[in-house]
Amino acid sequence: MTQYIDKIKEIANRVLTEGKVEMVIGFRKGSVPMMNQPHLATSAESVDELVWDSNCGLNLANYLTDKKGTIGIIAKGCDSRNIVTHVIENKIKRDQLYIIGVPCTGMIDHHKINAMFDGEVLNVEESGDSITISGNGFSETLSKQELLAENCAVCSHRNPVEYDELAGDLVEEQKDVDQYASVTKVEALSADEKFNYFEDLLSPCIRCYACRNACPLCYCPTCFVDESRPQWVGKSQDPTDVKTFHLLRAYHCAGRCTDCGACERVCPMGIKIREFTKKLNKDCQDLYGWEAGLSLDERPPLDTFKTDDPDEFIK
Amino acid sequence: MKNLLEHTGLEPGRLHFSWISSAESTKFVDVVTKITDEVKALDPANKKYVKTEPKVD
Repeated sequence: MTQYIDKIKEIANRVLTEGKVEMVIGFRKGSVPMMNQPHLATSAESVDELVWDSNCGLNLANYLTDKKGTIGIIAKGCDSRNIVTHVIENKIKRDQLYIIGVPCTGMIDHHKINAMFDGEVLNVEESGDSITISGNGFSETLSKQELLAENCAVCSHRNPVEYDELAGDLVEEQKDVDQYASVTKVEALSADEKFNYFEDLLSPCIRCYACRNACPLCYCPTCFVDESRPQWVGKSQDPTDVKTFHLLRAYHCAGRCTDCGACERVCPMGIKIREFTKKLNKDCQDLYGWEAGLSLDERPPLDTFKTDDPDEFIK
Repeated sequence: MKNLLEHTGLEPGRLHFSWISSAESTKFVDVVTKITDEVKALDPANKKYVKTEPKVD
């Protein structure tokens, strides 16, 4: 995906000099491998810092909330779906934005890569479909397909859905992927097994709220976990409190989550947080035939009422 | 809401939803009786989602 960068820089420079936008939101190289950081480019020099590779897994729509002025933004498939969600939730106006669409072939999973090697990974080079990972005393070249983040491996919207200009040719969408394989697996368990599964899943959680901060959907001025009057959820490490946080956060994302995987990517403990949102995405798909962020003209299922909405759960 | 809670291990039958108007007193009685009967039939030792004393290792 590194081939897009020249085109991205060219577009960013052009829209900035033409005065179409005041800044361009993209990525620059991070201080450690596989950790590209968000970058707000406002001048030709800062445009030069922009990069694009397989480590751009954060969701840039997160930086658009309630912004004033005109903004250029680099958007892969999931970013563009979150931009659509932002627009329909009135968090930004479509005409403030100049969306530079980037067809995506998936981002690599830094948790997985770090776990593969004993020593610290010091350098990760990408060329075409192969990734070379090296550190003190080791170097290995692997295919990118094996290293994809879990959400990218089952992604069916790699191309941006909304854009003003593309930085490359559209890529072929993945077909025949079972998006909900992980959910179906858990669904087959008994109630006790399910409970233990999620208890184990969340046991490393340190309540740092990185998942919430990286999520483009979590833009409330005061999050429910930070409220103290009333205090909705206990602030301790008790498993019940931890689970309450994760369940409620997931509910707040119901019908809005695009499975961009930013939450999992930023989790310092490598918890599979998508297990919660994925279940809700599956329910939205089954009950309402809805996938978030695909169209600017449709309202999400949870803010509309239809007489034929499913209601089997109400007695 | 029910789906995710049950997906994460809440026993089916612990959570109920109903729509009852303030004029439907008989329906209210029926529903509450039915719910309490169903919940009483479940294992009382199952205290998931209930905050307990912290574990000491």
